[in-house]
Amino acid sequence: MASETSVAADTLPPSGERRRDFIYVATGAFAAAGAAAVVLPLVNQMNPSADVLALASIDLDLSAIQPGQAVKASWRGKPIFARHLTPAEIDAAKKVDVSTLRDPQTLDQRTKAGNEQWLITLGVCTHLGCVPLGAGEGEARGDFGGYFCPCHGSHYDTAARVRKGPAPKNLEVPEYKFNTPTAVTIG
Amino acid sequence: MSFPWAKHYEPKSEFTKFVDSRLPIPRFVYDALGAGYPAPKNLNYFYNFGFLAGVALMVQIITGIVLAMHYAANTAIAFDSVEHIMRDVNSGWMIRYMHAVGASFFFAVVYIHIFRGLYYGSYKPPREVLWMLGLVIFLLMMATAFMGYVLVWGQMSFWGATVITGLFSAIPVVGPAIQTWLLGGFSPDNATLNRFFSLHFLLPFVTLGVIVLHVWALHIPGSNNPTGVDVKGPQDTVPFHPYYTAKDFFGLGVYLTLFAVVVFFAPNMLGEVDNYIPANPLSTPALIVPEWYFWPFYAILRSFTVDFLFIPAKLLGVIGMFASILLLFFLPWLDTSPVRSNNYRPWSRILFWVFVVDVIILGVCGGKHAAEPWIIISQLASVYYFAHFLIILPIVSRIEKTLPLPNSIAEAVLAKYNKASSPGLAGSPGVQPAE
Repeated sequence: MASETSVAADTLPPSGERRRDFIYVATGAFAAAGAAAVVLPLVNQMNPSADVLALASIDLDLSAIQPGQAVKASWRGKPIFARHLTPAEIDAAKKVDVSTLRDPQTLDQRTKAGNEQWLITLGVCTHLGCVPLGAGEGEARGDFGGYFCPCHGSHYDTAARVRKGPAPKNLEVPEYKFNTPTAVTIG
Repeated sequence: MSFPWAKHYEPKSEFTKFVDSRLPIPRFVYDALGAGYPAPKNLNYFYNFGFLAGVALMVQIITGIVLAMHYAANTAIAFDSVEHIMRDVNSGWMIRYMHAVGASFFFAVVYIHIFRGLYYGSYKPPREVLWMLGLVIFLLMMATAFMGYVLVWGQMSFWGATVITGLFSAIPVVGPAIQTWLLGGFSPDNATLNRFFSLHFLLPFVTLGVIVLHVWALHIPGSNNPTGVDVKGPQDTVPFHPYYTAKDFFGLGVYLTLFAVVVFFAPNMLGEVDNYIPANPLSTPALIVPEWYFWPFYAILRSFTVDFLFIPAKLLGVIGMFASILLLFFLPWLDTSPVRSNNYRPWSRILFWVFVVDVIILGVCGGKHAAEPWIIISQLASVYYFAHFLIILPIVSRIEKTLPLPNSIAEAVLAKYNKASSPGLAGSPGVQPAE
C-alpha cells in the first residue's frame, strides 16, 4: 500500500501537477502568511505611539497681541504662529492675484470669517520643516512682509502664502475655532 | 582565487599542523594578507586608503562602544549626557573627540579611496561588483554618520534630523506618512532619538559585513594598479606580506599622526558651533548645514529652486541628491573605454581633475547660505556633475585616442627604473632591481 501511495504522489500525471505540489504551495503560503504577520507589527512599531498620538488641543489667548505682532505657541511638538494682521497687511494680502500663486489661496480661505485679522498657521516651513522667521520681534520677514525661512530661503507673504523659494505649499492652517473674539482652541 | 604562483601555506610545527587540520585560520590569513597573496608590485600610496578606511571604522566602533556606556538616549538628558562624557567621564573628552574627528577622517579617507578608484579605473571589468559594494558601504556610512550626529541632540542635530527626514516627505502621496513613520511622531522627539541610537549602533556592524564582501570581491581579481594593466606573471607581483603590510603600516603611522594632531589640538575645527546649543524645536538656527562631508550632496539638493513641469522643486532636489550617488552604480557601463588608468587617457585625465574641482566647488556651496551667488554656482556645478557622468565621459571614452599601454606591470616598473637611474647607470643595460 505504501508503495502505491508514493507512486500516486510522485509520478508526473499528464496535467504536469503532482499531488505533492499542493503541499509545497500550501506550506510556502502558510510560511509567507506567518512571516507577514510578524513583519507587520515590526514595521508598525515605528509609527507614532499612543501617547504621541493622543490628540492634544491647546487654548490660546490672543487678547495681548497688538496689530503687527505675532506669538509662537507649541502644539503637537510643532510651533504655531498666531499673528494679528494690520489693515495694511490685510490689504497687501488681498491685492495679490491669486492665480499667480504657487499654492492659490485667498486670505479669506486662510482665516475665519469676521476674524480676518487673525492669521493662525503652523510655524513649519513646507519645504523641509524648519521654523520660519518673522513671528518674533525684530526677525526678518522676507521680501513679502510675512515670514522668511532661513534654511533654504522660502519667502511667505502676509497671508503666509509661499511667494518665493523652494517651499511647495503655503504655511498650513491648523484646525481651530474661536471661543470668544480673542480666544481660540487649536486642534 | 589567487595567482597560480602564490606561495602555499605549510604548517611546520605540530601545533600549527593541529590547528590547520581543525580550524585553518592561520592558512586563511596567510592566503589573504600574507605571503600567499601576490599583489601588483607597483601599488602607490593611494592604495593605502582601503586599509586606512578599515582602521578608521575600527576606531569608530571601539570609541563608539565606549561612548554608548556613558550616553543616554533620552531627549531630556541626551545633550547633558554628552557634556557629562566631556567633563566627568575619565578620558571621556578624548574618546568623544576621537569619535567625532574620526567620523571626519573616515569620510576623508573614503573620499580619497573613491577618487583613487575613479582615477585608475578600478570600477571597470572585472571589478564592477567590488565597486558597487564600495558604494553600498558609502551609503551605509552616510546613514550612520547622520544618525550619530543626531544623538548629540544639539540644535544642528535636531534641525538636521528635521531637514533630512523632511526629504522623505517630498515623495508624492506616501511621503508625509513615511516621514512620520521614520520619526515615530510629527517632529523629531524621544522616539526618533531612541531608534537612531539603536540603528547607529547596528549599522557599523552591517558595514563591517559588507566590507567582508568588498574584500572578498577584491581578492577574486586582485588589486588594480596604477597602470591599469592586468597582472600577467610572477614578475608583476610581490607577496602582500611583507611588502604591502610594511607600506600600509607606514601609511598608518602618518595617518595616526595627523589624526592625533586634530584630536588634541583642533577637535572642533570640522564641527558646527551651533551643536553646542541644546536642541530647541521652536527656534531654527540661522544656517542649517550638515557636516562637511555631506556638503556636495547638500548643494545638489538645494540647487533645485523652481518647479519643472508638474514636479515640485522640493522633490526634484531630493531626486537629484539621491541620483548623484546612485549614478555611480552605473559608472562601469557609462565609461566604456577599455583602458583603465587615466595615466594613459589624456582627455579623461583632464576631465577627472575638472570633476574633482567641480565636487570641491559643490562642497563649498553646500556649506554656505542658500543665497546668491552660491545658488547659481551650485546649479552650474550640479549640471556639470551629471553631465560629466551622463554625457562627457561616455562620449570621451568612445572617441579618445589613448596612449600606448605597457606590455606588463614589470615592463612599466623597469622603464621607470631605467629612466630614473639611466644617467648614473649608462652602459649597464642589464641592471635589474632587486626582487
